[in-house]
Order: sequence, then C-alpha cells, then structure tokens
Amino acid sequence: MNRLKFYLPVFGFVVIAIVLWRGLSLDPRTLPSMLIDKPMPAFAMISVDGEPVDNADLPDQIFLLNVWGSYCLPCLVEHPTLMRLSEEGEIPVIGVNYRDKQELAIDWLQDNGNPFSFSILDESGRFGIDLGVYGAPETYLVDADGVIRFRHVSVLDETVWQEQFVPAIAELRGEGS
Amino acid sequence: MIPEVGQFSLILALCLSLMLGSLPIIGAYKNNYLWMSLARPLAAGVFVFLGISIAILAYAFVTDDFSVQFVALHSNSMLPDRYKLTAVWGGHEGSFLLWTFMLSGWMLAVAIFTKSMPLEFVARVLGVLGFLITGYILFMLATSNPFDRIVPLPPADGADLNSALQDFGFIIHPPTLYMGYVGFSVVFAFAMAALLSGKMDAAWARWCRPWANVSWGILTLGIALGSWWAYYELGWGGWWAWDPVENPPLITWLFGTALIHSLAATEKRGVFKSWTVLLSILAFAGSLLGTFITRSGLLTSVHAFAADPDRGFFILAILGVTVGGALLLFAFRAPLMKSEFGFGLVSREILLLANNVVLVVAAASVFLGTLFPMVYQAITADLISIGPPYFNAIFVPLMGLLAILMAIGPLCRWKRTSVGYLLQQLGKVAVAAIALGVVLPLVVTLEFSLAATLAIALASWIVLAMLQDIASKTANKATRMRGLRSLSYSYYGMQLAHLGFAFMIIGVALTSTFSSERSVLLTPGQDVGLGNYLFQFEGTTSVNGPNYVGEEASFTVFKDGEEVTTLRPQRRIYLATGTPSTEMAIDAGFMRDLFITLGEQKQGDAWSMTIYVKPFVRWIWLGALFMTFGSILAAADKRYRRLRRRQTDPISEKKSDPVGGELQASS
Amino acid sequence: MNSLSVRGRYKDLPSIGTLLFLLCGLFAFQSTHAQVDTFEFDTDEQQQRFRNLSDELRCPMCQNSSLSGSTGGVAEDLRREIHRMIMAGMSDREIVQFMFERYGDFILFRPRLTAGTVLLWFGPLLFLLIGAAVGFGIWRRAGKISDSDVELDKTQQERLEQLLGNKP
Repeated sequence: MNRLKFYLPVFGFVVIAIVLWRGLSLDPRTLPSMLIDKPMPAFAMISVDGEPVDNADLPDQIFLLNVWGSYCLPCLVEHPTLMRLSEEGEIPVIGVNYRDKQELAIDWLQDNGNPFSFSILDESGRFGIDLGVYGAPETYLVDADGVIRFRHVSVLDETVWQEQFVPAIAELRGEGS
Repeated sequence: MIPEVGQFSLILALCLSLMLGSLPIIGAYKNNYLWMSLARPLAAGVFVFLGISIAILAYAFVTDDFSVQFVALHSNSMLPDRYKLTAVWGGHEGSFLLWTFMLSGWMLAVAIFTKSMPLEFVARVLGVLGFLITGYILFMLATSNPFDRIVPLPPADGADLNSALQDFGFIIHPPTLYMGYVGFSVVFAFAMAALLSGKMDAAWARWCRPWANVSWGILTLGIALGSWWAYYELGWGGWWAWDPVENPPLITWLFGTALIHSLAATEKRGVFKSWTVLLSILAFAGSLLGTFITRSGLLTSVHAFAADPDRGFFILAILGVTVGGALLLFAFRAPLMKSEFGFGLVSREILLLANNVVLVVAAASVFLGTLFPMVYQAITADLISIGPPYFNAIFVPLMGLLAILMAIGPLCRWKRTSVGYLLQQLGKVAVAAIALGVVLPLVVTLEFSLAATLAIALASWIVLAMLQDIASKTANKATRMRGLRSLSYSYYGMQLAHLGFAFMIIGVALTSTFSSERSVLLTPGQDVGLGNYLFQFEGTTSVNGPNYVGEEASFTVFKDGEEVTTLRPQRRIYLATGTPSTEMAIDAGFMRDLFITLGEQKQGDAWSMTIYVKPFVRWIWLGALFMTFGSILAAADKRYRRLRRRQTDPISEKKSDPVGGELQASS
Repeated sequence: MNSLSVRGRYKDLPSIGTLLFLLCGLFAFQSTHAQVDTFEFDTDEQQQRFRNLSDELRCPMCQNSSLSGSTGGVAEDLRREIHRMIMAGMSDREIVQFMFERYGDFILFRPRLTAGTVLLWFGPLLFLLIGAAVGFGIWRRAGKISDSDVELDKTQQERLEQLLGNKP
C-alpha cells in the first residue's frame, strides 16, 4: 500500500495526457450562440436601400439571416451560394449589413448581385450586439415564428449548406407540420 | 545549397544525439568505461552541429534567402539587420531550433563543469539530455523543418516579421526565457541519472543545486523580461494577463521555486529526497507543457503559434515518453530512497515543507485554470473563459500565505527551533510590519486601501524579519563588518531573492491599486491633468523609419509647475504589411511611470490619446532582478566552487590537502 | 478589420502573429496598435468602473484578450455599449447580464459559479486541503523522531564529505 502512493504521479499524468490528447481534436473557436431558440431581437431600423424596416417585414416562413459587409472577403466566397439560394427560391435571405458604410454596401450589392430580400443597415454594429455577432460572415436560420434555430459562423458554402442547413431546415419543417 | 548544409548539420546532430542518448547510458549500466567516456565528446559534437544549423538559418535571414520558407514568412528585405538576425526565433520552426540549441548549450556546460563527479553519473546525465535532444530534432525534421524550401518559385520578398516583434524586447526575451526553461531539463537529467543509478544521496542534491538555482534565476529573468516587454509594447499598461501561454512558464517557475527550496533541505539534511526528485520531474514537465500548449494550438491564446494538431501529437508523444517514463521510473525507484534524518515539529524543514505545499498548490491551481476551459468544452461542448479575475482570486491569497512563511523560514534552524526564540525574534517585527502597513499608505495617499495595507505589511514583514535575522546572526562577531563577511554567499543569495519578492509584492499591489488613466482628445497647445501631473500636447511631426512611416507627437509634462520631461509617442504604419502600430512614450521612474499612447488623428488637428500614471510598477521587475542576482549569488557559494577547484587538480584527491585547496579556491 | 477575415488569415498563413512563448501577453493578434477611446465620464468612479468592466469581459472575436486590450470591431462596439450603459445609470451587474445574454459564458473572464464550474472554483481549496493534510501527516511523524535519531547525521555527514571529495 505504501509503495502504491508512488504510482499516484504517473497515474495523474496519464489522466492529464489523455485530456490533452482529447483536447487536440477540439476547436476552441467554435462559439455557440446564446440566441438559439430565442426570438429574433426587436429592431426598427432602415435598410441599405433607405427603407424603414422592422420585425414585421420579416418573412412568414423559414429564412436565413446573413451578416455581411463590403469589407469582408469571406462574404464574397459565400456570395454565390446565397445568390443561388435566393434566385432558385429555395429560401428567402435577409441581410444584416454589419459595421459598414451605406454607400459602400450599395456599391457592393451592385457589383456582385443582391441575394437579399432586404438588408438591415447596421452601421454602428448595435444590432449585431443584440444578435451576439462576432463578425461577418455569420448566418442564422430563423423559423416562421421568427425564432432563431441555428447559427453558422464563417463561410456558408454549398458543403455547409448541404451538411448543416438542409438537415436543420428539414427538421424544422417536420416539427411545423 | 547553404540551407541544405544547415539541414545536413541538423541530421548529423541527430545521429550524434542518438548515440549520446543510448551508448553512455548502456555503458553506465554495463560499467563499460569506453562507452561512458563517449558522453562528453558526443555532447560537444551535438552542440557544434546544432550551432552550425542555427548559424546557417541566421545566415539565410541576413542574406534574404526567401527561397527558405521560414525566412520568407518571417522576414522582409526592408527589415533592419538586428531583427533579421533575431527573426530566427520569430516563428515556430526557428524558435524550436533555438530551444534545442540552448539545451545543447546547457549540455555542453554540464560536460565541462562536472569533472568532479563520477563518470558513471555524468554519462547518465548527458545520456538523458541526448535522448531529449534526439526527440526534439526528430520533431523538427518530421513536422517543422526550418530549412524547408519554397520550390519552384520563391517569393520576391518576405511576408515580414510581425511588427509587434520588431522590438528590443523580442531580441532578449525569448532566448532568456528558453534558457531558463531548458535549464530545468538539466535538473531533470540529474534526477533521472540518480533514479537510474538507484543512488540518491545528499551528494546528488549538492551537485544538482547550483544548476537548479541558475536555471531558476534565468527563468525568473525571462518571465520578467516578457512582462516588461508586454507592458511597454501593448500600450495600456498590462504586465501580466494570465494567458494560457503565460501560465506554463509560471507553473514551471512555481515548481522550480519549490524545487530549489526542497533541494536545500535535501542537501543540508537528507530529507524529502523522493519529493525533490518528483519536483525536478514536474518542473521539467511544466516546461514541456509550455511547448505543447504554444505549438499545438490547444488553447486560444493571443500568442500561440499557428494551430497544428500534428505538432501537438508529436510533442504529446515526447511528453509521454519523457515525463511518463520518468514518473514510472520514479514509482519503481522512489520507495528505495529513504529520507534518513528526522526533524522537530518546529524547524526549517517544516517551514520548507509548508512553502512547498503552498507553491505546489499554486502551480496546480494555475494548471487547473489553464486547462479547465478545454475540459469543460470536451464535456459540455460549451465554451467558457477563465481570465484574470479567476486567477487573481486564487493566486493572490496563496502568495500572501507564502509571504508570511517566507519571513519565518530563514530564522528557523535546521532540525529544531524553539518557539520561544521565534516569538522573541518576530514579535516586534510583526507589530512594526502591521503598523507600517496601516500608516504608510494613509500618509502618502490619504486614502485607505486594503490591498496597499496588506501588501506593505507583508513586504515589511519580510524585510524586517530579514534585518532581524542578519542582526542576530552577526551579533556574536567582534565587529558588525566581520559578522557580515562571515555569512555565506548562499545566505545572501537567499535573502536577496526574498527581498525581491517583497519588492514584487509592493509593485504589484500599488500599481494595481493606484494606477490612473485618462483618455482625451487634444489639439496642439491643449493640456490635460492627471494626478499631480500636467501633460501639454505640443503637436505632431512625421517620422520615417527604415521600414515604417508614422507620426510622432510631443508632450511636455509638468509637475507643480516644474517641467518634468518630454514624451514622444508614435503611431507607425509598417510598409511591408501595412499594419498600424503604436509606440508608447514612457518616462520610467522609481516611484512611478508616466506614459502616453497615441490614438488617431480625429477631426482637424485633434488626436485621441490615453495618458497613464502607474506608481511603483518598476518594482515588479526590480524584484525579479533581485531574485535572479540572488540565485546566481547562491550558486556561486564557496562550497560549490570548492567542488570545481578540485576537478582541475585531480591529484589533490589523493594528496589529502583539502584546506590548501579551499584556500586557493576562495582566493 | 473584421473577425472572419482575421480568423481565416490565422489558419492560412502559419505564424503571422506568432509571439512565441512570450509571457508578455495581450497582443491583439493583428498588430499592436493599442486601442484609444475618448469616452467622457462624469466621475472618476465611472471611469474606473468602465475600466474594470472592460477588463473583466473578453473580446469575443479575439484570441484571448479583454475588451480593454483589443482593437477589434466588436470590442470597440461593446466598449461603446458599456460606456452608454454606465452613463445611463445601469449597475455593473446589469451590464454583465446584458453581455451574458448576448455572448454567453465565453465573454465572462470571471466564470460564473455553476454545477459545471464547482470544481474550477473549489479545486484550489481542495488542493490546499490535500496539501495541508499531507503536510500535517509528515509533521506528525516528524514529531515522533527523538533527539538520538537526529544525532545520527554525524556519520552520514562524513560519508557525504567523502563522496564530494572534501575529505580524504
């Protein structure tokens, strides 16, 4: 028994080594959202086009809320996917133009095409705080009742769409019917 | 072609270290003199070839050889030469080469300065170090070769060294830190040699102790340099952030501190033997853990290297083999180590035991806080952050406890001390310390602050007890001077290091409590007051550096109407990457620092800026300097030099003239 | 400067922001250009509260720095919100709650005490108790050693001196 205590350090070390080994496969940068299953924050702002918009303008069906900015290079990467989704009518896409300048945002949409039904103009980033945004691009999946159900941080490409959003939407539709 | 020579040299070093890691250890086991005697030349060989490797990497930097990927990513033709040279450790691959080279340097030192020890022991120590270096070089060649080329089209210019690294602090901090870190590998090797041989006597502790002291001193300096650099480079006065990358050096430091104290008890009294060995392993594990965390991307840190799990797995394997193996060996051999001497209920041994408990608890707590977010995420898939508020809440009380013990320890005698003696010595000291703690902050600042009171009381407690001890130790001598001269270097070393701790307590507490800052928008000619100081903004001029352009602002600082100094903070844009950077202007002082961070030019001539007054912040690093000098003083003690004296004259072993030898050595 | 572009860069270009083993801490990842806000406060106490709050809250998009040490976009917005809320008379507790509702545990540098963090908060105390128990055990045993045992060290001392070669 007395000799066994000398094995305690090596035992402790094995436990720590396993924890470290496990830790290597974790990504400490996948940040969960606090707003999952909470209603979308109230807003009454103007859109990039200068129109007043508020929660009542949101679609009555499942839609995407995409946080973007003209300065944001990854937003260009996911742009074709958003264009396809909105052109093919697969799902409505609402934009949040985050920490940007209105005229730059307008130019960007003209140059690249506009996948958004409308984009909430959030020049100050204040609405972004209510959403718990870290930075563009982020995409939220919002259900017909205006409740946030899913969030994806970083680029939304076809793979992410097929692997994460399609199943999530199917699940929501299943619940709804 | 030349970089390939560097790589070839690295491979040669690998071959030699492979031999070093095996032959001498086998030789020691089989009692083969020839194989054991290979250890020293092999160690020198590894050092030489690693030296050639790192010199060639430096040459690639200086000659702007951007076909070498590591150079292309961390240098630029516009970079000033001193940063080209030091960009060698500006990234993962090169800094690991530096780390390995430093270890070989320590190894060479062991080969040179251990002539008095039995060859068998030296062969084992060098063998263990050779084994470690083998692992490190394999890691470099397998996952992070600094000599990798970009083929077929090398870039025309490099990506540049991060502008944050283009600073004097970057030149001195990483090498110093590595040097201290790696030094604990030597202590580890000593412990392993003892375990392998099964002989754990007090001689071992005496051999080991100067190495542990010096490693600890250099690590202290390395950490302090990092803190100082952060302070003046960051621009908002932070000097310690409890970042996951800062914590492993602190954990190593805490284990190392416990180790040098436990070694004292083992050397002087033959107690705590197995515990001392365990601490050597833990301190070494702390240094490898630091490597692991920084280079694997395991934890989110402001200054981790780019995440690469492959590297993580490799280092984890090294960690498993070395630390795991060492702990297993410890489990087998430790029961054989009998601590032979007893000690009384109140004795220096007991105080050192308490010291060790506090330090190890502190290390374990920092470790817990560092890794907890990862464990939490693994279990709950949720992220939490553990930052300064947590660590301060845990760490500060433990250090307070340590400060209380620190004053009592040196007054205690080995084996047994009477409680009456301690009370008689410390009673007045305690009263005086509390009085000073209450009165001093009130007199100086006219406001009561618990933190300041506690800090000053604790610091006075340490310093007054120290003076009391020196007074009583010199009281019986003919003159005070003779008394002072009779005390050993190691005694002065210890007291100096303790004094450093007292300084640090004051620095940390007062700067945390009484710092003030103010952010303002000023146009030239306007001024702003902060504390007793008035800062007048004179205007800006443009400046052009070798690889940046920028604006320099000029401030005149007044105190009570008298001009104190002129401060010139800058705002720079580095040309290669276009990154903006701020250069603080600091007026350093013994009692306070004044500094200014320049923000941006707003409307018209107006600039935003933040002005700080930080009282006593220098005391933090001053304390660390005392600790470092203390450790070196202790390592220079006569009894270790006596060892060394003997080695130069092997005949004196037989000649039995120890007194003569001693006299020569101490002259 | 936006978060994802930074995160992306971090992965693509190895070691652009590498600060080695630096203990120095707190470099914002992209550069060292320090943040300088020019918020106006009515009282020093408000300024102090602002500093404390932005020290205790983590910049969500940064590697590991507090709001006060970060130049990132979100950090800037959040500092502005803290300033606004302080000036609007909200308490520290309410401000922290506001942040927690939006960014979760991740933003709190001082972890909340929950079932999941009990071990974190009480672990050090547990360590101290274990350490004290072990230390006490050794202390008790030490007390049993008599003076005659203590005297044994004479021969030991000689052996040591011999090994070290200080005596013939």
